[in-house]
Amino acid sequence: MAWIGAYSRPVPLVHSCHMRTFPGFLIVALAAAGCQREERQLRLDPPVVAALEQIALMPNRISGTPPQIYFALDRPYEENAYNLSQGKRLYSWFGCKACHADGQGGAGPAFLDGWWYYGPEMVSIFASIRDGRPHGMPAFRDQMTTEQIWQLAGYVQTIGAYSAKTAAPSRNDEKQTRPAENRAPAAKLFDEGPTPVHTDQGPTP
Amino acid sequence: MKLRATARLRALIPALALAGCTGWQSAIDVHGASAISLKHLIVMIVATCSVVWALVIATLIVALWRRREARESAIALDPRRQRRMTLAVGGAVAATVIVISAFTVSSFFTTRQLTAAGADNLTIKVRGLQWWWGVEYFGSKPELRFETANEIHIPVGRNVRVQLEGLDVIHSFWVPSLAGKQDLIPGRPNEITIRAERAGVYRGQCAEFCGLQHAHMAFFVVAEEQRAFEAWTALQRDNAVASSDEEVIAGQRVFLSRPCAACHAIRGTAANGKIGPDLTHVGGRKYIAAGLLETTRGSLAAWIADPQTLKPGNNMPMVPLAAEELRSVSAYLASLK
Repeated sequence: MAWIGAYSRPVPLVHSCHMRTFPGFLIVALAAAGCQREERQLRLDPPVVAALEQIALMPNRISGTPPQIYFALDRPYEENAYNLSQGKRLYSWFGCKACHADGQGGAGPAFLDGWWYYGPEMVSIFASIRDGRPHGMPAFRDQMTTEQIWQLAGYVQTIGAYSAKTAAPSRNDEKQTRPAENRAPAAKLFDEGPTPVHTDQGPTP
Repeated sequence: MKLRATARLRALIPALALAGCTGWQSAIDVHGASAISLKHLIVMIVATCSVVWALVIATLIVALWRRREARESAIALDPRRQRRMTLAVGGAVAATVIVISAFTVSSFFTTRQLTAAGADNLTIKVRGLQWWWGVEYFGSKPELRFETANEIHIPVGRNVRVQLEGLDVIHSFWVPSLAGKQDLIPGRPNEITIRAERAGVYRGQCAEFCGLQHAHMAFFVVAEEQRAFEAWTALQRDNAVASSDEEVIAGQRVFLSRPCAACHAIRGTAANGKIGPDLTHVGGRKYIAAGLLETTRGSLAAWIADPQTLKPGNNMPMVPLAAEELRSVSAYLASLK
C-alpha cells in the first residue's frame, strides 16, 4: 500500500473499496461473536441454594457481603437478563406493587428516586425482602425460595440503579408508568440533592 | 429373504403413518362439530386437488407420448387446430376459476359456521400462562364459580363457549379432535365454541410457540354425559375435604407453612395463592404439570422435589423440603380427589 503515499492524488474509489474490505470483515466477525447466547441457570443444586442464603450483614442490618458462592457464580442476579425477567414477574406476583407501585412508592418507599433507606447493595435488598424491615415491610422468607428472593432483589436494584445495566428484563405489555429498567441511571434522571448522609445509603432526595 | 423384509418394512411405513392419524389428538379422527366440518373441508380440497393433479399429469403424459403431426409448414395457420387449442386453454382457465371460487366459497361458509354460537351455551374461561392452562367455571351465583387447571370437562352434545385470555405471551388453544385453533392474546379477549359429539378424553395443546416449555403445555378435554358432568361440577365446587389421616394432616401443615401456599390455592384452607394452578382437587385430575406426568403420589413427589429437572424453565421453584415433609405433602396432594 506504499504507493498510495507515493502518488499525491486522491485514491480512486475502486481501490478504496478494496481497502475497506478488511475492516468490514472485522465488523462482521465482531458482530458474529456477539451472537453468543446468555447463560440461563434454570436449576440450582440444593447445596448452592443453601450457600446462597449465607449472607453476612453488618450489625445494623445495612450492607454486608454476599456469600462466596455468589462471586463463584459470577454475580448471577445483577446482570443476567433471564434472572431480571424472573424478578420482574415475582415483583408483580408477590404483591410488591401494592406498596411500592411501579417503583414510585406509596405505602412503601419509592425505588425510582435512587434513595435507598438500607443501601443499594444486593445483600441489603435481599435481607429486606427475606427478613422484612420495620414500619411495614413483611418478611417473605416463608413465601419465596432463596433463589426467587435473589432474583427479585436484582430486579428491585435495577429500578433505582445508579448506573445503567447492560441487561434488561422483559418488556412491559401494560402502559408504561416510568422509565425502562435499563434506562440512564437514576442519578442522572433525578435531582441528587446534597451529599449522601450515609455512605451506604446513596444520595438524599 | 432380506428383500422380503424390506418390502414388509415399506408396507409398514404407510400403515404407521395412517395409525398416526387416529387417537385422542387428531384433526382427522374427529368427534366435535367444528372439527367435523373442518375435516369435510380438508377432505374436499385434498380430493379435488388430487383429481386436478391427476388430470394435469395425464395431459402431460399424453402430450409427451402423442406422435407429432406432420405439417407442411411450421408457420402455416390451421383454423381447425387453432379452434381446438382455444377450446382446450379456455376450458382449463374456466375450470381453474371454478375450482378456486368453489374452494373460497366453501371455506368462507365453513369458517362462518364455526363462529355461529348455538343457544344452548355453557360458558367457561380458559387462561393461558407459561406453561399451563387455568380453567374457570361460572354458575348462576358467584359461589358456584370454581377454578381448576389443565383439565376441561364438558357435557356431550352441548355448545361450550370458551373465553380465552392470554396473560403473559401469545398462546393458542387447540383440541384437534374437537375444533380448530384460536389464539390467546394478552389484552385481547378471544373465544372459541367447542362441542363434542361423542364422550371421550381429547388431548389439546398450545399451538403457538410460547417459550421454553411450549411442548409441555398440554391439556385434556373430558367430554361426558350431562349427568356425569353435573356430578363432576358439584364435586369441583366443594372445598377440599379434611382428612383424618395423620400423614395427610402433616402434609397439609407443610403445604401451608412453606412457600407452596403463596402461589397455589386449596379452597377450604388458608392457601389462596393465585400465581400457580388451583390445587383444590389436584388428586382427581388425570395429569399434573400440564400433561407432563400422570397424577400419582409418586409423580407428585417427583415434581415437587425437582420441578426444574422435569420441566426446565417452568415457574415452579424447587422448595427445599426434608424427606419426611416431601412424603407427607405428596400424600396430602394425592388425597385431594
